[in-house]
Amino acid sequence: MSGPTAVSTEKDRLAAAVREVAAVRGRGRRRSVTVATALLVAAVAGFGLSLSVGDMVMPIGKVVDTLLGGGDGGSQFVVLELRLPRALLAVLVGAAFGLSGGVFQTVLRNPLASPDLIGISAGASAVAVTAALLFQVSGLALSASALAGSIAAGAAIYLLAWRQGVAGQRLVLVGIGVGMGLSSVVWYVMARSDVTDAQEAFRWLAGSLNGRSWNQFWPMAGALALLVPLTALAAHALRPLQLGDDAAAGLGTKVETGRLALLGCATALAGVATAAAGPVGFVAFVAAPIARRLVPGRGAALPHAALTGALLVLVADFAAQHLLPSVQLPVGVVTSIIGAPYLLLLLARANRVGSGG
Amino acid sequence: MSGSTLTAAQRRPQKKEARPRRSRPVLALGLLASLGVLLLAVVASLAIGSGDVPFRDVLPGVFDPDLTVKGQLVIQEVRIPRTVAGLLAGAALGLAGTVMQGVARNPLADPQLLGINAGASVAVVCSITLLGFTVATQFIWFGFLGALLAALLVYGVGSLGREGATPVKLALAGAATAAVLTSITSAILLQDRGSYDQFRFWQLGALTARSSEVLWQVSPFILVGTVLAFSLGPQLNALSLGDDLARGLGQRVGRARMVSALAVVILCGAATVVAGPIGFVGLAVPHAARLITGPDYRWVLPYSMVLAPIMLLVADIIGRVIAPPGEVQVGVITAAVGCIPFIWLVRRRKLVEL
Repeated sequence: MSGPTAVSTEKDRLAAAVREVAAVRGRGRRRSVTVATALLVAAVAGFGLSLSVGDMVMPIGKVVDTLLGGGDGGSQFVVLELRLPRALLAVLVGAAFGLSGGVFQTVLRNPLASPDLIGISAGASAVAVTAALLFQVSGLALSASALAGSIAAGAAIYLLAWRQGVAGQRLVLVGIGVGMGLSSVVWYVMARSDVTDAQEAFRWLAGSLNGRSWNQFWPMAGALALLVPLTALAAHALRPLQLGDDAAAGLGTKVETGRLALLGCATALAGVATAAAGPVGFVAFVAAPIARRLVPGRGAALPHAALTGALLVLVADFAAQHLLPSVQLPVGVVTSIIGAPYLLLLLARANRVGSGG
Repeated sequence: MSGSTLTAAQRRPQKKEARPRRSRPVLALGLLASLGVLLLAVVASLAIGSGDVPFRDVLPGVFDPDLTVKGQLVIQEVRIPRTVAGLLAGAALGLAGTVMQGVARNPLADPQLLGINAGASVAVVCSITLLGFTVATQFIWFGFLGALLAALLVYGVGSLGREGATPVKLALAGAATAAVLTSITSAILLQDRGSYDQFRFWQLGALTARSSEVLWQVSPFILVGTVLAFSLGPQLNALSLGDDLARGLGQRVGRARMVSALAVVILCGAATVVAGPIGFVGLAVPHAARLITGPDYRWVLPYSMVLAPIMLLVADIIGRVIAPPGEVQVGVITAAVGCIPFIWLVRRRKLVEL
């Protein structure tokens, strides 16, 4: 921290500083690429594992063969109809939650500001559970109602928090308020309903990929094909926003517009993921902090957050299927049980984790 | 520290501060007025309900009940326990929320958010599924135990590391713990339909669920928790300046935190025993109290203790009449209605800082 002793001249110091910055940046970039590659490799490995292991264990060669169009009818059914859509959906859901959480936490500069904590997921849950239990909605319409719920909740939170702009802490507080109100609606509707229906809703609320098929995959893939490029576009405003509102405005960023675009994308991402798999706990909350810790000093590290989220959900869903014999746990139970202790570990070890975004 | 030697008679108008600072008589009068409102809420809670009780039965029902008269029977058997439950749970939640927010210096601190309710829930669920308890008097004590263990876990994790239990770490540890415990609750309940059926009603929070004996059993705990909470006023004031300043002022920060944790666990556990996990009261009431009193915890505490039962009783009354012929549980009302004043508060202040 202390400056060098006054031996070197001004020019030397400047040159040394430039070299130092370049070196640090180079190291950071190399690390960023290495980590991304490692995450990708791990995700592919997890993907292969979840395709080949199940009630019927299939050698990986046969899996690849089946994927390329070979294999017998049985293996085609198991791999292409049962395991592939589920594994792909796990990847997409995880990536969407990870990306969404990363954007929320960075834009609002608050580690608590992930969509599962500030009422976005609660909005999706409240609308979906009400639609399912009171109006017997199912299938694609149910997914659409979950998406609509998350967007409505996001819009309501944004508008309620608006006061000559949206400050991070106010939005988090408003979001928590809205979220608590909405969760009570969920509990009330569940207590009023028939126990079998309520149990079904409870299963969805835990976040589950059980029984998911291509029917859920294609809408999700289509939505992500639209949302990910939009988020990448909006993310140009992210770096200036991280410096704080005044500095960002000084740099010529339209603070409110940029923030609205980013939060809109992140809300929609959380919404489609919730629609596909239910509010899978903790992925949005924990993926970005893990990613930032893997690539320190690289800002929001959104691609890493998305990859981390995908890997997390893949592994968690694999564990949910095979951890306990004869019991199919919902993936959300596992993401929370493996995700939260990791965050606790980070908290216990790090000094400044959570002090910023 | 200048001005600390001034006596009451010499007190000059204090320097304008960012927060409202009202004089002691005004605050005392305000507290009296709040008590008056609380009394009105109690009367309303006795008089209004989904059952048909004529108003002339209310007073005899309280003081000189003739249990052959249906109205007086309802007052004696239903409305009095219900009102007492509201008073007990409300006072406990208000104080617990205030102590929590003060010690964590965190405007979001709330039994729900710091994982304490989740701890109570998971313990209740375990006692229902593993030990086969079906009656509230049996499983509520497990809720107490669960709240204690969760608080210990959150505080323990939050205080690991070099800086000790900083506000952000406590809040994060609480959120993480709540997530894990909620997941475990889900995992257990998803395997067992009967337990889920019981749990979904317990989870809502209601003032009608407990018998009078339970209220008697819990009262001493609430009394102890209240005494502890009030004894913390000066420490919370010092802690609100930050740990270093508090230490500089001669406070033993670690000990103040331990006493706070004890008070919070006792009060939250007792409130959960009385009414189930009720969200929002502990979060919203301290903010409302601070809005009236300014930052001095010696005043925030009594105000919270009076305002919270008002909120709970009014919410319960609303729940009785809002959806006839049935009733809506008070926990649903506090959360659904409570978020409106809460959001108003959040918007009104520039930032709800402590």
